[in-house]
Amino acid sequence: MATTVHEPPKVEPRRAPGGPGNPGNGGLRNLVPNDDSLPAVRDYAPAPSRTGIWVVMAAITMTFAAFTSALVVRQGAALDWHHLTLPRVLYWNTLVLLASSVSLEISRRRVAVFMGGPRTLDLKPARWLYVTLFLGLAFVAGQYAAWLQLRSEGLFLATNPNSSFFYLLTALHALHVLGGLTGLTYVLRKLHGVILRRSTLDTFSYYWHFMGVLWVYLLLLLWMRL
Amino acid sequence: MHDMSAHAAAHHGPPTSFIRKHIFSLDHKVIGKQYYGLGLVAVIIGMVLSWLMRIHLGWTNAAIPGLHLLSKTGAPGDVMTPEFYLQLMTMHATFMVFFVLTVAPFAAFGNFFLPIHTGAEDMPFPHFNMMSFWTTFVAFCVMILSFFVGDGPTLGGWTQYAPLSAVGSVAGPGQGAGVVIWATSLAIFCLGQLFGALNFIPNVLDLRCKGMSLWRLPLPTWAWFITSCMGLTSFSVLMPACILLILDHVAGTSFFVASNLVINDQLQPHSGGSTLLWQHLFWFFGHPEVYIAIVPGMGIVSHVLICNMRKPMLSHRVLVYSMGALAVLSYMVYGHHMFVSGMNPFSSLLFSFPTLLITIPSTIIVLIWIGSLYGAKLRINSASLFALGFISMFITGGVSGFFLAQPSIQILLHATYFVVAHFHFTMAIAALFGIFAGTYFWFPKMWGRMMDETLGKVHFWCTFVGTYAIFMPFHYLGLAGNVRRYSSFPADYMQSFVGVHKFITIAALFTGAAQLIFFYNLIHSRFRGKPAPDNPWQATSLEWSIPSPPPHDNFGGRHVVVYHDPYQYGVESSTGDYVMQDSPEQVKTEHEEA
Amino acid sequence: MAKFFAVTILVIAILSAIPIVRNTWHPVEDISTHGQAIDDQLSETMWEAGISFLASQILLAWLIWRFSSNRAGEKTKSFPGGAMGLVAAAFILVGVEVLALGIFGVKAWANLYFTPPGSDAMPVQVQAGQFAFYFRYPGPDGKFGPIHADKISEASQNFFGLDPDSDPDAKDDIVTAEMAIPVNREIRLLMHAKDVSHSFYVPALRIHQDFVPGLDLQIHFTATKIGRYEIVCSQLCGLGHYNMKAYLDVLSQQDFDDWLRKEAAMQ
Repeated sequence: MATTVHEPPKVEPRRAPGGPGNPGNGGLRNLVPNDDSLPAVRDYAPAPSRTGIWVVMAAITMTFAAFTSALVVRQGAALDWHHLTLPRVLYWNTLVLLASSVSLEISRRRVAVFMGGPRTLDLKPARWLYVTLFLGLAFVAGQYAAWLQLRSEGLFLATNPNSSFFYLLTALHALHVLGGLTGLTYVLRKLHGVILRRSTLDTFSYYWHFMGVLWVYLLLLLWMRL
Repeated sequence: MHDMSAHAAAHHGPPTSFIRKHIFSLDHKVIGKQYYGLGLVAVIIGMVLSWLMRIHLGWTNAAIPGLHLLSKTGAPGDVMTPEFYLQLMTMHATFMVFFVLTVAPFAAFGNFFLPIHTGAEDMPFPHFNMMSFWTTFVAFCVMILSFFVGDGPTLGGWTQYAPLSAVGSVAGPGQGAGVVIWATSLAIFCLGQLFGALNFIPNVLDLRCKGMSLWRLPLPTWAWFITSCMGLTSFSVLMPACILLILDHVAGTSFFVASNLVINDQLQPHSGGSTLLWQHLFWFFGHPEVYIAIVPGMGIVSHVLICNMRKPMLSHRVLVYSMGALAVLSYMVYGHHMFVSGMNPFSSLLFSFPTLLITIPSTIIVLIWIGSLYGAKLRINSASLFALGFISMFITGGVSGFFLAQPSIQILLHATYFVVAHFHFTMAIAALFGIFAGTYFWFPKMWGRMMDETLGKVHFWCTFVGTYAIFMPFHYLGLAGNVRRYSSFPADYMQSFVGVHKFITIAALFTGAAQLIFFYNLIHSRFRGKPAPDNPWQATSLEWSIPSPPPHDNFGGRHVVVYHDPYQYGVESSTGDYVMQDSPEQVKTEHEEA
Repeated sequence: MAKFFAVTILVIAILSAIPIVRNTWHPVEDISTHGQAIDDQLSETMWEAGISFLASQILLAWLIWRFSSNRAGEKTKSFPGGAMGLVAAAFILVGVEVLALGIFGVKAWANLYFTPPGSDAMPVQVQAGQFAFYFRYPGPDGKFGPIHADKISEASQNFFGLDPDSDPDAKDDIVTAEMAIPVNREIRLLMHAKDVSHSFYVPALRIHQDFVPGLDLQIHFTATKIGRYEIVCSQLCGLGHYNMKAYLDVLSQQDFDDWLRKEAAMQ
C-alpha cells in the first residue's frame, strides 16, 4: 500500500560536458565538446544507446544460441554428418578480426584525447578507426575466400548438413559484421563533424568486440562439431 | 538522479509536413496509434476468417456467397474445400497471434504510453521506433500477399510443423510459396519487434524523469518492460527457425526433413533432417509468445482497475514479481506442447512440473486482484467492466490449464477442442478484453475525445456473454474427443458433435456482429465524441497530467518531477480522493487498514 | 449494473458447471488396461479445477456485488492479511494441489511409457501417410520385412514398399487397411511415418502418440473389450487430415485368427 510521500531525491549538480579540467563520468573523459550551441549534444549517464546495444547483443546471442542447438540436434538426428576441414583462411581471419578490436581500443583512447583537449591535427584520431574499418572489411573478404575454398571442394549450401551450417553461420556472422561496419562509418561521420558522443563510440565498441567474441565462439563450434 | 529525459537521445522538434506528421512519424504517440490501426485491421481480418471457418464447421456443404473471390481453387461453387478451411484457419491464427495480440496491447498502447509513464519526451531511438512500425507493416503486407499467390496461403497451422511445412508444395496446396511467404513475413516481424524492444528497454532503464524510481513506474509499464525482455529473447529464436525453414524450401537443405519420405509415390530428395527440431525451436519461442500476449493485458487491467476501485492493489511489488516470474518460467515449460510428440517421455515429465508450478504466479496475480477488490469503491464503466471481465476469463482459461499441464491427461485431451478452449479463453478473450479495457480507458487521452459509454456497455454485455457462449462448449467437445483442425467430422463417434458446433457458430456470428458496435463507437467518437478533459477518470498516473491529446513532446517542455508512487488513491487531497504522481502535495492517507 | 454483472458471472459459472456435473460430454468408455489411472487422474483434476473455477468466479461475483455501490463517505479498506496472506495461500494451496497432481500423474504416464512390453506381446506395425493408416502383421515367421521407401506405391498397393522377392521376411507379411487385435492380448505397436507428421489417437484405448518422420516409435497396450473402435489422426497432416481414420476391431482370439487367415489369403 503506497501511502507515504517521498522527498524528491536530491539532485546532483548537473555535470558539465567534459573539457579540460572537467573529467566527466567514470574517469574517461567525456568526448562531447564544451559548446552547448550544438544541437542535442548533452551527454548523460547512463546513455540509452549503451543499454540499447546490450539489447541488440542479447538478441543476437539468442539467435546464435538457437542455431547452435539446431546444429547439435541435427547432428544427432541422422548419420549423414560428413566432417569437413575448415579452410585455413578462417584462422587468419580470426587474427584479423581480433586485431581490429585492438585497433578499435587504440582509437578510443586517441579519440578521447582529441575530443577532450586542444585539437591538434597530429593526433590523427580517425586513423585507427580507419584501420578498424579496413581490418573489418578484410575479415569479410577473408570469409568470402573461405566460401570460395569450400566451393572449389564441391561443398555448397545444400551438399550436406555440415556445409549447410558452415555457410549459414559464417554468412550470418559476416552480415552482422557488415552491419557493425555501417555503424563504424556513422561514428566516423560524427567524428569528422566533431559532434561524436562518447556513448556512441562506446556503443559501437561493445558491439564490435562482441562480433569478435561471437566469431571465436563460432570458430570453436565449427571446429569441434563440423 | 539526473533529469535525463529532458533531452531525449535524438531530440526532434514537432513535424511540419503531412508525411512526417502522419506517415513516417518519429513521435511515439503516432507510432502507437499506427500500431493500433494495424491491430484493428488485423483483428477484422482474423474475425472474418473465423466466421468463415465456423460456418463451414456447422454447415459443411453450405455455399457461402462470394467465397470464391477469396481463392482461385479453394471454393468451387462457393463451397469451402477442406484445404481452404485449413488455409483460413492458419491465417486466422497467424493474424490474431502476431498482428493483433502482439501488436495491440504491447506495441500500440506501449508505444503511446510508456514514454509518458516514465516521464520522457519520447523513446530513445525514434528512428528505430518508426522502423519498428513500418517493418511490422511490411510483414503484414507480405502475409496478406499469400492469399494472392499460386495455390494460396499455407495450410499447416500457425505452428507449421515439419515436414509438412518443409517438403514443399508436394505436401498440399499452399505448402510451397505459401510457407515461404509465411516464414518470410514472420522473420520480418521478428525484426520489427527487436526494433521495438530496442526502444522500450532503454526507455525504462535510462530515461526516467526525476523522482521516478523503478518501483514508481505504473503497472502497465512494468508489464511492457517484462514483455519486451521476453520478446527480445523469444523472437530471436523464431527468426532462425524461419530462416532454416526457408532454406529447406529454396536451398535444398534438410534441416527438418528426414530421409526416405514418400509423398504421392515420389521419394523426397531431402535426407537426415530432424522433425522434432522444428517443434523445439518453435515452442521455445511459442510459449513465451503467449505470455507476451497476456502480460501487457495484465498490466493494463491492473491499471484500469486501480483507478476504478479508487484504491491501489494490495501489493504493487508482488504483482511485478509475479509477472516477472511468469516471464522467466515461460521458457521452462515449452515442452508441454510436445508431450506426445515422440520426444523422450521422461522429458515430458520434466516439462510438466514447471508447467504445473507456473500456476502459482498466475494464481497470485488473480488473488491480488480479487483481494484488492475487497474494500474497494468500484466504479462501473466500459473500461472497468472489461477489466473485471478479464479476470473472469483468465480464471476460466487458467483452470483448463490444470488439465493440459499433465502428460497423462494430455493422452486424452491433446489436439482436441479442449486445447482450443484453453488458449482462446486466455488469449482470444482475456487478452482481447485487456485491449478493450485499455481502449475505453485511454481513448480520451489518445484522441482527445470521449467514447460513448452506453455503446461501450452494450458492447461489453454482448461480448462477455457471447464469448462464454462460444468457447465454453469447446471444453465439452474436447473432453468427448473432438479432434481439432478438422474441417468436418466424418468419424462415427463425432457425429453427435455437429449440433454443438452449430450452436457455437451462431454464438460466434452474433458476438462478431456485436463488435460492429465497438468499431462504430471508435470511429464515431474519434470525430464526434465529446472533447475530453485532461483527467476524465480522476486518475493519478502521468498520462493524466497532460492535455488530451498530449502535445508533441508530451509534457510541453516541462521537466517532470515525480513525488509519489503511481497509485495514490484513497487519500485526502486538494483534488479529492487521489493525488497525481507529479503533484508535490503531501497527503495524509485515508486508506483504512482493515 | 454491478449487481447484474455479479449475477451474470454466477449464472455463467453455474451453467458451465452443469454439463460437467451431469457428465453430458465425456471421453468414450475406456477399454484399456492402463487407462484407469488416466481416468482417475482426469476425475481428480476435474474436482480440483471445478472447485477452483466455481470458488473464484463466485468470489469475484460477490466482491463486485458488495464493493461497487457508491458508498460516499465510506473509506476504502484493505483485505485483512494483505498481500502476503494471499501469496502464502497461493503457494500453499495451489502449490500443494499442483504438485500432488503432478506426482500422482507420474504413475499414469509411467504405466504407458516406462514399462517395457511383455516378451509375448504381439507386434503390429502401423504406417501413417497422407491420408490413411495401413497396418502390417508379421505373419508366421514373426518378422517384418524391411521397408523400401523407393518401392512404396499407392498405385500398385504396395503401401509398405515391400520386396518379397529379395526379402524372405517380407514374404508372409500381411498388410491390411483395418486393424484387428485379439482381446486381452498385449499389443506392441510399431509406428512408422511415410511422409509427414501424423498421430495415432484411439480415445477408447487411451492411446495418443505422434508419428515422427525419421524416427520409428513403439508403444504397447492391451484391449479388454470386444468391439469396433476408431483410430483418428490428430496431427495436422494436410487437406485430408479430417478424414484420416481407420477402424480398430477388438476380437476374440478365435475371430482374430480367422480374420488374419482371411487377410493373409488376400495378399
